Amino acid sequence: MSTSTARPADSGPRSGPNWKSIIIWTIVAVVGAVCWAVLALSRGEEVSALWILFAALASYAIAYRFYSKFIAKTVLEVDDSRATPAERLENGRDFDVTDRRVLFGHHFAAIAGAGPLVGPVLAAQMGYLPGTIWIIVGVIFAGAVQDMVVLFLSMRRDGKSLGQMVREEIGTVAGIAALIAVFAIMIIILAVLALVVVNSLAESPWGVFSIGLTIPIALFMGFYLRYLRPGRVLEVTAIGVVLLLMAIAGGTWVDEMGLADLLTLEKETLVIALAIYGFVASILPVWMLLTPRDYLSTFMKVGVIVLLAFGMILAAPVLANPAVSEFATNGQGPAFTGKLFPFVFITIACGALSGFHALIASGTTPKMVAKESHVRMIGYGGMLMESFVAISALIAASVIDQGIYFSMNAAAGATGGTPETAAAFVNGLGFSITPADLEAAAASVEETIISRTGGAPTLAFGISLIFTDAFGGGLAAFWYHFAIMFEALFILTAVDAGTRVGRFMLQDTIGNIWPRYADVSWRPATWSASALVVLAWAYMLWIGVGDPLGGINQLFPLFGIANQLLAAIALTLATALLVKHGKVRWAWVPGVPLVWDLITTMTASWQKVFSDDPTIGYFAQASAARDAKASDELYGVAKTPADVDQIIYNSTQSGILQAAFAVLVIVVVAGAAVTVVKTLRAGGSLPTTEVPKVESKIVAPSDFFATKEEKEAVREWEASQKAPVS
Amino acid sequence: MSLLTERVSGAWRLLRQATGEAKWDDYVARCEREGVEPMTRRAFERHRADEKEHNPQARCC
Repeated sequence: MSTSTARPADSGPRSGPNWKSIIIWTIVAVVGAVCWAVLALSRGEEVSALWILFAALASYAIAYRFYSKFIAKTVLEVDDSRATPAERLENGRDFDVTDRRVLFGHHFAAIAGAGPLVGPVLAAQMGYLPGTIWIIVGVIFAGAVQDMVVLFLSMRRDGKSLGQMVREEIGTVAGIAALIAVFAIMIIILAVLALVVVNSLAESPWGVFSIGLTIPIALFMGFYLRYLRPGRVLEVTAIGVVLLLMAIAGGTWVDEMGLADLLTLEKETLVIALAIYGFVASILPVWMLLTPRDYLSTFMKVGVIVLLAFGMILAAPVLANPAVSEFATNGQGPAFTGKLFPFVFITIACGALSGFHALIASGTTPKMVAKESHVRMIGYGGMLMESFVAISALIAASVIDQGIYFSMNAAAGATGGTPETAAAFVNGLGFSITPADLEAAAASVEETIISRTGGAPTLAFGISLIFTDAFGGGLAAFWYHFAIMFEALFILTAVDAGTRVGRFMLQDTIGNIWPRYADVSWRPATWSASALVVLAWAYMLWIGVGDPLGGINQLFPLFGIANQLLAAIALTLATALLVKHGKVRWAWVPGVPLVWDLITTMTASWQKVFSDDPTIGYFAQASAARDAKASDELYGVAKTPADVDQIIYNSTQSGILQAAFAVLVIVVVAGAAVTVVKTLRAGGSLPTTEVPKVESKIVAPSDFFATKEEKEAVREWEASQKAPVS
Repeated sequence: MSLLTERVSGAWRLLRQATGEAKWDDYVARCEREGVEPMTRRAFERHRADEKEHNPQARCC
């Protein structure tokens, strides 16, 4: 009986139409269509945020039910009678058959972080509609497809990494280009994420107090798990969460405790503190800081998302921004410059299409998948969930009064940093707000709110509005800092983990030339590699913090384009591999999003490198600043000649990086094009590194909810497992 | 009633799997089946921490 591998109730013996299912899906489709219609047709009237929420949920449901199923069955031909690497190579460590729902949680925790929270907040300056459409359409046809297909391809190759697959399936040059791109993009991502934290903690003693306390809390949890009660994760996480909430609430008394001056830090100080923290955290044993912090951040992640969904439904807030704002067409938005096309598609990366996910979908997750059909719920479903987070962030940013939104998101050079100058600036943009309004808003969350760029403070402000409305008043300041904590917590986890992954990559690469360096237990190697990685991102962070034009304004486009270019590499691999597998007729599934992604990223890269407009083109900006310097003038928002030099230097550097990324991607795409042509000439398919089929012995349901037949099959199989082996 | 307890214990097991605590349960069960004396929980968890040390997982944005 143990060899019964029949797919339990895959298609079922059902004949004729299933009316119940048809009715349910018709209702979902109608709800979605109505929501979309309202969003598309409303102009200049009060629009409830719930239309966005339900348009998103209905679209996700339909896409999951139909499109992801089509991809699984027809395009990828997932085969549950084929053993996954987890089953074949099970070692209880990295290869480990994992319950599909548990793995869904792990995968989601690994892919979702601060990215989907920041991008949509910035993109809200163009109105709610462009962001909404891109997040929903993008995830359905690009982001979720990429995650699912890469997960599948890696799973069929025993969990090989993206870089390895590009090298083996496309070519060595493309592989090296992909490897460099991956490393560089990781550094940029770490720098931008760290910049978000710095911007939200600068001049915020409450924030510094709460976030600072997470370190002793995590250490306490680490020692508890190591020495007091080993392995009791749920118990210690519960204690940790209580301590965390106390740390947030305790921030109110920072003044009374006389810590306010001590904890009011400048951005530069925070950068140094973060760099030291990042270095120490990455060389400490994982049990001390990283693992316990990960438990906390995962718990907060799931908790806040659930809370936010409930909060939005209870509060049913009204959108404060227009459907499409003037900044979408004139490209002069204060949060970031550039027109709707291509910059909305760059600014919102995570939540719609995020290349970084391809690294996770080709790393840990594929080694834990129990059944091939699970790639659908884990890859596609996980990304839909992240997209939902992005939609929530977009809503939170869109319910904020426009005057406050722009006061928070314009660089300090533009707002002047005081309520009076900021109000004047915002009124100049065509919104009406008084200095008193700004002061009242700041007092409500007990923070300064002028030029708090980076997305996190704006999101926190929006969340505090929604939660105050939904769960009763008086706690706006608590909710604000709760939201800041939640973002900072998982950014710091990402910084810890990212530095460590970067260190391993660096050691591995240098180890090719000097084998001893690859030894991960050799201190000189681990310490120096950690230091190099930290220096790389801290350098970018330092540049961003000191940028007179606003670090987010300069670095976020670089981050977005880099992330989308990584997605281009992943989608290129997916397209080329489908062709190699003889499925050229289905190559459009990753091919269409690839073309779209290449159009947007290459246009954006082109504009960022070659545009004559100094507010968009990096080199144009550098040369305009150079001209100003030559005639002994100040440039733009620069206040000193040193600022002008800084602008010249930063813009030149960003321009070079931007161009380099684009070239790396072109190398990979060209390599893939050659491979595709070769394949077609060879008659439509070529051998790949796919591992040959081995019969699977495991029985498991394939989707979130098991059907009756699946449950029965699992029960039978489990009984047969327990029977003594004869 | 039995359905409810079954559901609750199922959810609890999933939660323990998600945190990794179920690994210990599985290990103890396996030792019992094979008639081997299990190592202490402390030693077991150290083993797992050492593995995590060498298999860093990236966290995305």
